[in-house]
Amino acid sequence: MAVSKVTFRIQRFDPAVDREPHDQDFEIELPPGITILKALNKIRAEKDPTLALRYSCGSAICGSCAVRVNGHARLACKTQVSDCTTNGVLRVGPIGNLEVLRDLVVDMEPFLASLDRVKPYLVAGNGAAPEYERKQSPDEFLKIDPSTTCILCAACYSDCNVLAVDDDFVGPASLAKAHRFIFDSRDVDTADRMRAISEKTGVWDCTHCGECSTRCPTETKPLERIEEIRTKAMTDGFHGNPGARHALGFRETVGKRGLLDENYLPARSMGFLNLPGLLSLVPIGLRMVMRGKNPPLIPHSIDKVDEVKKTFARFEELRK
Amino acid sequence: MYSHDIVIVGSGLAGLRAAMELVGQLDVAVVTKVYPSRSHSGAAQGGVAAALGNVDDDSVEAHIYDTVKGSDFLGDQDAIEILCSDAPRTIYEMEHLGCPFSRTDDHKINQRAFGGHSYLRACFSADRTGHALLHTLVEQTYKQGGRLRVYSEWHMNRLIIQDGVCRGVVVMDIKTGKLEVLRAKAVLFASGGYGQAFKITSNAAANTGDGIVAAYRAGVPLQDMEFVQFHPTGLYEHGILLTEGARGEGGYLINADGDRFMSRYAPSKMELGPRDIVSRSEQTEINEGRGAGPNKDYVLLDLRHLGKQKIMERLPQVYNLAKDFIGVDCTEDPVPIQPTAHYSMGGIPADNDCQVYLDENGEHVEGFFVAGECSCTSVHGANRLGTNSLLEALVFGRRAGKKMLDAEPGLARAAVDEERELAAARDEIEVLYAGDGSEDLNAIRDELKETMTYQLGVYRCAEDMQQAQHTIKGLRERFRKVQVKNRGKQFNLNLLETLELSNMLEYSELIVDGGLAREESRGAHFRSDFSTRDDVNWLRHTLAFRTDDGGHELRYKPVTITRFQPEERKY
Repeated sequence: MAVSKVTFRIQRFDPAVDREPHDQDFEIELPPGITILKALNKIRAEKDPTLALRYSCGSAICGSCAVRVNGHARLACKTQVSDCTTNGVLRVGPIGNLEVLRDLVVDMEPFLASLDRVKPYLVAGNGAAPEYERKQSPDEFLKIDPSTTCILCAACYSDCNVLAVDDDFVGPASLAKAHRFIFDSRDVDTADRMRAISEKTGVWDCTHCGECSTRCPTETKPLERIEEIRTKAMTDGFHGNPGARHALGFRETVGKRGLLDENYLPARSMGFLNLPGLLSLVPIGLRMVMRGKNPPLIPHSIDKVDEVKKTFARFEELRK
Repeated sequence: MYSHDIVIVGSGLAGLRAAMELVGQLDVAVVTKVYPSRSHSGAAQGGVAAALGNVDDDSVEAHIYDTVKGSDFLGDQDAIEILCSDAPRTIYEMEHLGCPFSRTDDHKINQRAFGGHSYLRACFSADRTGHALLHTLVEQTYKQGGRLRVYSEWHMNRLIIQDGVCRGVVVMDIKTGKLEVLRAKAVLFASGGYGQAFKITSNAAANTGDGIVAAYRAGVPLQDMEFVQFHPTGLYEHGILLTEGARGEGGYLINADGDRFMSRYAPSKMELGPRDIVSRSEQTEINEGRGAGPNKDYVLLDLRHLGKQKIMERLPQVYNLAKDFIGVDCTEDPVPIQPTAHYSMGGIPADNDCQVYLDENGEHVEGFFVAGECSCTSVHGANRLGTNSLLEALVFGRRAGKKMLDAEPGLARAAVDEERELAAARDEIEVLYAGDGSEDLNAIRDELKETMTYQLGVYRCAEDMQQAQHTIKGLRERFRKVQVKNRGKQFNLNLLETLELSNMLEYSELIVDGGLAREESRGAHFRSDFSTRDDVNWLRHTLAFRTDDGGHELRYKPVTITRFQPEERKY
């Protein structure tokens, strides 16, 4: 079998000697069909026994070996070297949004602690447990099937663009965990869960960039779960928060004029009676005015606004 | 030195289930060399057994008989009775805690067929049953908040037993390299199996038998170590598990000619014969030239006739593993497979309340308990039935917890000479740095794994095992010259894998010697030179005791037979 030469450009960091992480190249000969994990272990065996990484099951179920390959989070054990090599080079680094402890090993604690914020266990009600299993239909099971496949590898957490700028965001894996109970027909805490998750740092703080679902190695796909929670929030009337008001305001202005009213929307999101909230918008408003970026003060409609209104009306009918 | 009432080593189903029984009442700590959610229980796929009778008229009685027969009559029948009788309660309890289970049309827990079980008995969550159960217990640890102390990424180096009393463990924080003594009134090992000694294995890298070897070095015998289960459907060359549920859902095993060869070996059960028989049948096909592929060294798992919808709904993980690891789309092509080392029937001997035995006469080690795969109770005997391992971990994890809670008032936190214990652990590490470096860790490990897979595999014989004995003796000599080259403190994998290899070499010798001594074929231990079961001489458990010179002595104890006398095992 043909052997190919690949350069692994690995981000190294030894807290005992390094102040900053740095890259180190390892040129290694690999047989075809080899995974990144096997290649990293080969590098440890043949080139450098000090390289630190995490791994265990080797079959994509334990979630230990998430690393960044060419800048994106992946499970090393199920990723083929050949799929990631460009001009014979492949970059490996630790996953993001978590502090690096050594080489490819990061501090998992903030990630694991984030789960604690969504009450990550079934709340079954006060009655005595039934003698047999509780009933659940196959369809009800299928609703939570995707979110229960999460292996807590933190690939989504690593590549989340909101977490990169906001440490307080609860994060995609925790929202998927919340989904797993919100949509579990056996859980009785749905309203409290929905209320809590609708607050700041919760489900509305996601900017739906989609990185989490793209990086997720399982069927969890956090973004899809986040969208299901948001839909439920709108349906169940959890509207008393900026996220929901933003979505409602979005629909109102587009439904009315065929385009966004960017003066109305921020105030609508913040709440018209929320004086401190409204005042907090003033600095950014002023900066926009100074740079000539402010939207026109008198809102206008698009030409074929009737078409838009018809579409909205049709949606309303369908929804009912 | 840290003190707790109870220290549990291992965070899989057995360890976490035991912890649940104790938390809030006693000061409990769980030590794990990974994180709890990464324990190997999570890799179990196809199901967990319980005679719920949700889809047919199964009974606990039938479950007991199937398990006894599956064990090739080496299982202790009193323990098996406990296991099967407690199964329905266990499943309902996990359901009540929130475990997601696949459902029937009348909204009950669904059940599928599994090898060696005569009814549809495997409760499942698609093909991720272990994952679903493990994460349910991990969720419960969150519910406990700070009341449960979890030492994640700590390696257990030594078990402290002195004057017949267990006093704690010596552990190493992998993040800092620091050694600590954890002192306790009672210690529970729920530290998993020893399948890493094999080249083709479904086991995680962590399954290096750390618990069993620590116990053995502390003076506890190990039982039935020669019994290692080979799972019939390991992904070719990788050894990665493809669930038996694939056959439970109707998948075929075929050879190069497309022939469903199980018709010649287990005509009534076909692909759903017990694992030992199916694995041997596959190996026979390969040995007799009917294997598939350019080297005729694998057989095929054919799921095509199940249809894409059923595969994606019931066997999504199988689909993904075949696709990601060897690029086969199992909805369109059969999947290359071979037997893979899977489950350790042997382990630390214990009674039905998980209290560890010190010898063949029923003497116990005070304050030392075991549960799950590292234990040998023995509910699996010579061959475990699929879906009985998750069950065992839950049933006996709970029993261990209950027993420790009962026993705790009578247990003192015995004195520990901290300096001496730390020094002993430090010495064990220092000696690994002091080797002359003329031998390579990886070369020795590779040779051990090759030896175990090819000479202690599905078929065994005296000649192969004698050769293996000789090889491993040599490897142990060579191991003294290995040198840990990484002197760093944080995440020193080089040191960890050297400690692990030392464990693997130590217990592999027991697999070989136990197998060589046992001149019969029973369950997973099949000898081509003694191809029948010999109940007159070998209806007994092996116990391996460590001797002062680092060698060992084999002794034996009887099997507990209550209701089912040994009979010929046919499927």
